[in-house]
Amino acid sequence: MNIVVAMKQIPDLQQIRIRNRCPVLDDVPLTLGKIDKNALEAGLKIRENAGNKGRVIVVSAGNRDIEETVKEALAAGADEACIVVDEAASDLESSISAILLAAAIKRIGVADIILFGEGSGDNYSGQVGARVAEILDLPQVGYAGNVETTGRTARITRVLEDREEIVEVELPVVVCILADINEPRIPSVSQILKAGKKHKEIIEIDDLTMETSGRRIETISNLAPETARKREPVNTCGALCAVLEKEGFWAR
Amino acid sequence: MAGILIYSDQDPLSFELLTAARYIAENTGAAVKAVSINNHAQAEALAGRGAESYRIDGKEIILEDTAAVARALKGAVETLDTDVVLLSANRRGKELAGRLAQMLDAGCLSDVNALAVRSGRIECTRNALGGATVAVQTVTSKRKVIALSAKVFAAAPDGVGHISDLTLDVKGSGIKLMESRAKAEEAAHIETAAVLVVVGQGLENRKDLAIVKRIADSLKGEVACSKPVATDKKWLAEDRIIGLSGKICKPDLAILLGVSGQVQFMVGIRDAKTIVAINRDENACIMQNADYIMTADLQDVLPELSRALTGTVPS
Repeated sequence: MNIVVAMKQIPDLQQIRIRNRCPVLDDVPLTLGKIDKNALEAGLKIRENAGNKGRVIVVSAGNRDIEETVKEALAAGADEACIVVDEAASDLESSISAILLAAAIKRIGVADIILFGEGSGDNYSGQVGARVAEILDLPQVGYAGNVETTGRTARITRVLEDREEIVEVELPVVVCILADINEPRIPSVSQILKAGKKHKEIIEIDDLTMETSGRRIETISNLAPETARKREPVNTCGALCAVLEKEGFWAR
Repeated sequence: MAGILIYSDQDPLSFELLTAARYIAENTGAAVKAVSINNHAQAEALAGRGAESYRIDGKEIILEDTAAVARALKGAVETLDTDVVLLSANRRGKELAGRLAQMLDAGCLSDVNALAVRSGRIECTRNALGGATVAVQTVTSKRKVIALSAKVFAAAPDGVGHISDLTLDVKGSGIKLMESRAKAEEAAHIETAAVLVVVGQGLENRKDLAIVKRIADSLKGEVACSKPVATDKKWLAEDRIIGLSGKICKPDLAILLGVSGQVQFMVGIRDAKTIVAINRDENACIMQNADYIMTADLQDVLPELSRALTGTVPS
């Protein structure tokens, strides 16, 4: 069984600073999205439960740095990676990411379960998994809290706001994994060292003969929200109570 | 502009979408059409709010089969001549949005929390960069799919509409529903609380949660937390998490205890009317983003604050 895990290279969100309401991304290291790591962990577990047969393959698309970033996933247990390098693309929109990832998945050939996170860590649009499912003409299940396989059948728990449903579907299938459903494993030093030697298939964007047909989204502005808070120091609990009383939240 | 199509599996959200669609229509002259799938009651409810309501029935169009629902909506878009599709940004709606957008060769924006029509363009506001920024974006393709968050628009008022049947031949994608069960009733409803007392990682002793609860009770509020308090420390249930991957809350008052104020957290609380922050670190981010700031050690402050608010000595 081949398990494909799609992962997105994103800026380390903890390190983004704001200057004059604009995000400063210079020197912010790139990493793989946190929910994507949940998806990878889910993929590794599915393989373990299926008797450790088959391969876990990471697919990703991004600028040249992706070759380095993807090592994180190889160290954490993925067997190989298939990546589309598009130097021009610093910020791929969902419709284009989906086309590139679908091309990479087709290149792999056999993909029985294709895993995504429920949304990327940065843009969190949650579209790419569904778009890839449509391009590959596969069924999809989103917000998956659990995935089990028996032979060629997947049994998936979809977690909605107020309900949980269990569905069954024949492989292949696209599954989008719920955030925080597992604790992604931390690779050991020797795994990190070995990651560099694992197979990476690199597809240059120019080698792909497909139509990415341009952008469908225009960003008019992208600014940090303005904060106009009073920032008034309060030194004692008594003073705080007085403030709460004055604002009508508490009565003596 | 051709018409606007609205669809949600949830009635209350579909009523909000109706209002949103009418707002866009007012500014663009488009016709508004609502669809319901295997749900005649919803079609009637929408017509009862003045909608031009279409019923789609089909054995293979089960809600659990996202691809099948998307195929039905694609059929509706083509038959009813609609370019803009408004969906609800609940989980079903968001899962559907990407699939439908790909089918329609459309750009798609999800989790849209404000929408305005300016110079004929539908400008959508949504969080970006993990919530560090708020982006205003517009879909430039001819067909557009927009998944709108709850409560951005009010529910449409009563009116007189009409119901028609839309016959489409839609095949499923092979998803079989085996079991569906309601989740256990959530104990906490932090998104509707007027007052939230929020615990961050700066709270060092788990037993101090009892005092936090007492403080919250004295203000008729709920206890909430930043993500690590629930997911790493497991001190509180995950339904109390505030932030990008938790709940977006707009209380009248938020008292933040030992919360550093990272952007992913702030997304969930930045619309609070009044924010009080108590933190040992005067340089913590949160101290720039609060109305009242107190630099102090929680170990000392919590018993004292509880005593001051309740008039009793905490045990």
